[in-house]
Amino acid sequence: MTASTTGAVQTRKRRRRTNARQNLIGWLFVGPFGIVFLALLVLPICYALYLSLYQKTLMAGTTFAGFDNYLKAFDDPSFLKGVWFVIRFSLVLIPIQMIISLAIALILDEVTSRFARFSRLMIFLPYAIPTVIGALMWGFLYSRNFGPIADVFGAFGAAGPDLLSTNMIFYGLLNVVTWQWAGYYMIILYAALQGIDPTLYEAARIDGASRWQIIFRIKIRLLTPALVLILVFALIGTLQFFNEPKIIQQLAAGAIPDDFTPNMYAYQQAFTLANSNYSSTISFALGAVVFICVYVFMLATRKRGNFMS
Amino acid sequence: MTATNIERGRARRKPRHIPLHLVLAALVIYFLIPFWWVIVNSSKDSAALFGGTSALWFAPDINYVENFKQLFTYNGGLYARWLANSALYAFAGGIGATVLSVLAGYGFAKYSFVGRRAGFSILLGAVMVPATALVIPTFILFSRAGLTDTVWSVILPTLLNPFGVFLVNLYARDSVPDELLDAARVDGAGEFRTFVKVALPLLRPVIVTVLLLSVVQSWNNYFLPLAMLVDNRLFPVTVGIGLWQSTASTYGAAGTNLWSIIILGSLVSIIPLIIAFLSLQRYWRGGLTVGSLK
Repeated sequence: MTASTTGAVQTRKRRRRTNARQNLIGWLFVGPFGIVFLALLVLPICYALYLSLYQKTLMAGTTFAGFDNYLKAFDDPSFLKGVWFVIRFSLVLIPIQMIISLAIALILDEVTSRFARFSRLMIFLPYAIPTVIGALMWGFLYSRNFGPIADVFGAFGAAGPDLLSTNMIFYGLLNVVTWQWAGYYMIILYAALQGIDPTLYEAARIDGASRWQIIFRIKIRLLTPALVLILVFALIGTLQFFNEPKIIQQLAAGAIPDDFTPNMYAYQQAFTLANSNYSSTISFALGAVVFICVYVFMLATRKRGNFMS
Repeated sequence: MTATNIERGRARRKPRHIPLHLVLAALVIYFLIPFWWVIVNSSKDSAALFGGTSALWFAPDINYVENFKQLFTYNGGLYARWLANSALYAFAGGIGATVLSVLAGYGFAKYSFVGRRAGFSILLGAVMVPATALVIPTFILFSRAGLTDTVWSVILPTLLNPFGVFLVNLYARDSVPDELLDAARVDGAGEFRTFVKVALPLLRPVIVTVLLLSVVQSWNNYFLPLAMLVDNRLFPVTVGIGLWQSTASTYGAAGTNLWSIIILGSLVSIIPLIIAFLSLQRYWRGGLTVGSLK
């Protein structure tokens, strides 16, 4: 009895000591990242929130404004127009991107020739290109001065579309972003398809399933976690749209104003108008909107097995 | 019977996917057109560029050498400096981010410490914070600290890579067995030694992936250096080409000799990445997909 009690005490003591050790070593590993995380993520967010609660005027200097800046932002046509644009753009872009990358992944899963392997690599290649250069290359292709569109359509006696004009710029940008990211998403989906056990197809075929049934009932169903991952990446990326419109802005005279997307508007407020309080407000509001959208989406898809469950 | 089976097997292997191959060929053309345009047009001088030669084919005289000379001498050889800056930012930021991610990802996966669950939830939340929403607040913070317009203003923010920690953690949980770590500990190896000798070799695939992704991310970065830097000698190549492009656009016809340099500059800036991706295929292919294979 006594022996077992002392034994228990000893184990507890040892456990406490190992716990303390585990704690210390665990924190030693996580600590360096934790410091960077605090300094470069938590601190800027808190600082932006702080700045967004103040206003600077010539008359009164810097004064506490409460949520006035937010009320202003959500009543500011420039900001709202930008938010509406990125939402509209996401709603069109993401389904197109997902369907294209899914279709390519399914084709590549089916065809196993040397040309298929080559295509896989070439379709992925745009991912390795800086978005700035990607946007610039397409900007050149769209351009009246050096692009082939006018030549190609001219050969049929038609005037080509001007993808840099105010009416068409939406489609011009849609094409740039699809080109840049479809290959990356395709690689993710392709790898997930390759991970599926082929005996499943065999079993389905024996049960009399057609090729389309195998695609829809097995392949696409098992791809759900990968599709959710892609959707989240695409959503986060598109809502913070900046690089492509910023670069194409110069080539498309007048089609892309400075308040085209929320991020461009925040940039203009910070650098052209030196209004750091309002610019912080927009950054914070944008970050919060993206975070909430994605978070809600993750919660909604949790049961289907997304990548964070 | 056997013969018909072989017959059928052979029939199956026959390339009956002709329509699918045609679709693939069309896709390859679409995805390669911008590259083709840049390769062709960086060979032209400004006269040929604007002078109505076919946009998708070479002009009679090929001007690569002349354009190369101009590219690397324009503005006192600024372009070479931009390339070097890009390399510095990409490697310093990429390597730093990878080291931090590997340490933290391993720590989260293999130690139970106070605050681990909460810390990991916060990390998952951080994956969803849009990186660009941090740029302007970080810029304002850095400008108060007098850090803007230095190399640190670009390198420090790229050290933050929550997704990298997430990937390493996911990988370490599955592929570094606790038994192996315990065995090393029983043999008297300290925690750090165990990590270096046992865990690191097992983590190699995910380390290469995180490194590649972080290097590419910083090489491609535009918004952050655009906000942080004023001195054009500190620019990475993305911001530099953006600057030339806006100069050329603003001055219209007077800037036309700049266009050949911009086009060749774009081509030169993407070559290192294309080579890296093609030669490191073996590594990234496994790693890019870690998060999607549940």
